[in-house]
Amino acid sequence: MDSALIPEGAKRCAFPKFALGIAIVGAVVLWGVYAMGLIWWKGLNQTNMNDNYGFALWIWADLAVIAVGGGAFFTGLLKYIFKVDELKNIINFAVIIGFICYSSALLILAIDIGQPLRGWFIFWHANVHSMLTEVAFCLSCYFAVLTIEFIPNILENRQANKVPFFHHLAHNMHGVMAVFAATGAFLSFFHQGSLGGVAGVMYGRPFAVREGLLIWPWTFFLFTWSAAAFGPCFTLLVTKITEAVTGKKLVKDNVVHLLAKISGWMITTYIIAKIIDTIYWATVTVPGLGLDIDHFYSNNAFYGYWILFTEIIICGVIPGLLLIMKSTRENPTLRLLAIILGVIGVCLNRWVMVLQIMAIPVMSFDTWALYIPSWQEVATTVLPVAYGIILIAVTYRYLPVFPQEKELNAVQPVTETE
Amino acid sequence: MFPFNFEWVWDMAHVIFFGGFWYAISILGAGLTYCILKAAYDTFKGGGESHHHH
Amino acid sequence: MNKNDKKAHKFGMVIDLDKCTGCGSCMVSCMSENNVPFKEDESNKKDSITWMRVYKLTNGKSFPETEIVYLPRPCQHCGGKGDHGHSPCVSVCPATATDYGYDTGIVSQIYTRCFGCRYCMGACPYHARYFNWWDPKWPEGMEKYLSPDVSPRMRGVVEKCSFCYHRYQAAKDKAYYDGREDIEENEYQTACTTACPAGAIVFGDLYNPAHRVHEIVKPDPHPASINSTVVGKSRNPNVFRLLERLGTNPKVYYLSEREWVRKAGDNYLAGEWDKIKNHHGSESHG
Ligand code: SF4
Ligand code: SF4
Repeated sequence: MDSALIPEGAKRCAFPKFALGIAIVGAVVLWGVYAMGLIWWKGLNQTNMNDNYGFALWIWADLAVIAVGGGAFFTGLLKYIFKVDELKNIINFAVIIGFICYSSALLILAIDIGQPLRGWFIFWHANVHSMLTEVAFCLSCYFAVLTIEFIPNILENRQANKVPFFHHLAHNMHGVMAVFAATGAFLSFFHQGSLGGVAGVMYGRPFAVREGLLIWPWTFFLFTWSAAAFGPCFTLLVTKITEAVTGKKLVKDNVVHLLAKISGWMITTYIIAKIIDTIYWATVTVPGLGLDIDHFYSNNAFYGYWILFTEIIICGVIPGLLLIMKSTRENPTLRLLAIILGVIGVCLNRWVMVLQIMAIPVMSFDTWALYIPSWQEVATTVLPVAYGIILIAVTYRYLPVFPQEKELNAVQPVTETE
Repeated sequence: MFPFNFEWVWDMAHVIFFGGFWYAISILGAGLTYCILKAAYDTFKGGGESHHHH
Repeated sequence: MNKNDKKAHKFGMVIDLDKCTGCGSCMVSCMSENNVPFKEDESNKKDSITWMRVYKLTNGKSFPETEIVYLPRPCQHCGGKGDHGHSPCVSVCPATATDYGYDTGIVSQIYTRCFGCRYCMGACPYHARYFNWWDPKWPEGMEKYLSPDVSPRMRGVVEKCSFCYHRYQAAKDKAYYDGREDIEENEYQTACTTACPAGAIVFGDLYNPAHRVHEIVKPDPHPASINSTVVGKSRNPNVFRLLERLGTNPKVYYLSEREWVRKAGDNYLAGEWDKIKNHHGSESHG
């Protein structure tokens, strides 16, 4: 019934099946929206946050989606500025994923602040010395960039493209996309970094604080770098999931291998920097404040050295190595393992840099504080995931997202080679 | 955000921060304006593979 | 305004932990002075508001050597690294909703400006900042006791100890009315100071050598030679600040003759305390 909207030559499932899927995920969205309404109406007492845990699950989710959404800016940078042309076959999807991640991040921030109606104060009364100010500005601007990058793809919908103005607009936007992509990379560099800076400048928190370069603590650079490194992993992971769900190959192997290789080198270099940072912090910064590294990983029910080991070795060194070596990179199972580990690793890093910081006592007579989120927090955190699934389903169905789809699925459907 | 906000000071920090911000905004604005105007021009000129002209 | 300005002050406090009995009068007086709201159910202390909070510390030894000390903790009005006014909380607030008063050293909180991002709470290592998780509520009839000098706060914003700033304003107004240039030591005292039955809290201007707080603390005006971010360290060997090595430069000092109490004020590596305790008060560490 919606065949007029479906890209020419593309096969899509029957509309009722599609609608049913959307309805199921839509129910989850409604659950999240209900929780969101409760929080806006009744306030943040609906959460289990408290005065020890001013930053909690949402801020982690926020940091995590922004980190994994980094695939959009980095792929854009490679494609438009460094002219890695093969990436044109995955850039649309990277942009859509980025769009989902960043719109979710902004939504989470709007739920998270105690006075949502005053959210604009962060712009209007900006304290330019605060990392969070930089985050807010660059995040919003970059979301505008993602929207701009997304628009041409929307306009390429079969019906929209029949309107001459839209057709020309999409064409012209493609023409100057490099300018937008460069601006996006600039903005991303700063907000990804500033999110790391948020933690690194808290000199009252020995677990978070880092030395750095000029006004930027090392976490600033580590965050930017890790987003660029692990973002493509997430792009590849979502592509893989989409291929599995649709039962079609959508992106050619050489494109996937290329992105995986770049990601692998980024991860490896990142994790070396991260290891150096950790060693310096543990042997110089922290002892200088009278603390032993054991302080951060003992005397509590949850945080132990396992989290450090998992983040750096299992979800950092291992995916890095798996992706830089040709044999493992081109092995579908090992590649999938590597990108999953990578995505977990960067999310774990963001968790540590938000929740573990809050949990650790600083005053000698203070105690560890653990926290379990309320269902309202969980529902509002699941909301972006459900929303993302719907948006991907809709865009995949109606927009020419994957330029290689037609070729890969022509005549007889190609059997799954992966 | 603007020089008339009372916490604004004309110091290096503000100039760099808002310089960068307004610069990025101008590029995005100019880029979009160009695309829209050019699309309008192309539409009226009737170029491309428009369906309404032969 | 800088500290060479004749009118610049640096208000601070010294709390004698050997005198404090843990009675909690400071907490009560603070709450009523500053219109601190209640919750319907006050059993969960992690989301209720106590600008002044009394901590209970023990030396961790078993009977008969057990010792206990009560440590009242207001906002420390940190001067930040190098005492330049970049307090942990002030420097991070994205909306300039908490500010450093260079003429008083007091860290303010602008309730109508705060939008509740809580970054400042994360940055403060003393848990001195409280969020209004709930709508402010006072038991029936109690609204009549609210102080007209302090604005009550709305849900969704952060609040904290202000060193009873409204009392400073009132004292200044009075001095101006009387045609005086400046206020007297006893004209501006915080509610907790005046309420403490043990007289454990002394409040005044750390820049004014005539003030009792200055006499007790004897702040070193120079940065500590080992850690230049630490300024205003006490030259009294019994006086310490909380987490001094972080470089937050609190204006709240504590006094105790007991060594374990002074040690509890900061973090020390194994064996470190014995090395530095003798110059404690005259030299910074770390
Ligand atoms: S004690 Fe906390 S709230 Fe008070 S000035 Fe220091 S960092 Fe800020
Ligand atoms: S909670 Fe309020 S005072 Fe604290 S950092 Fe955010 S806006 Fe500033």
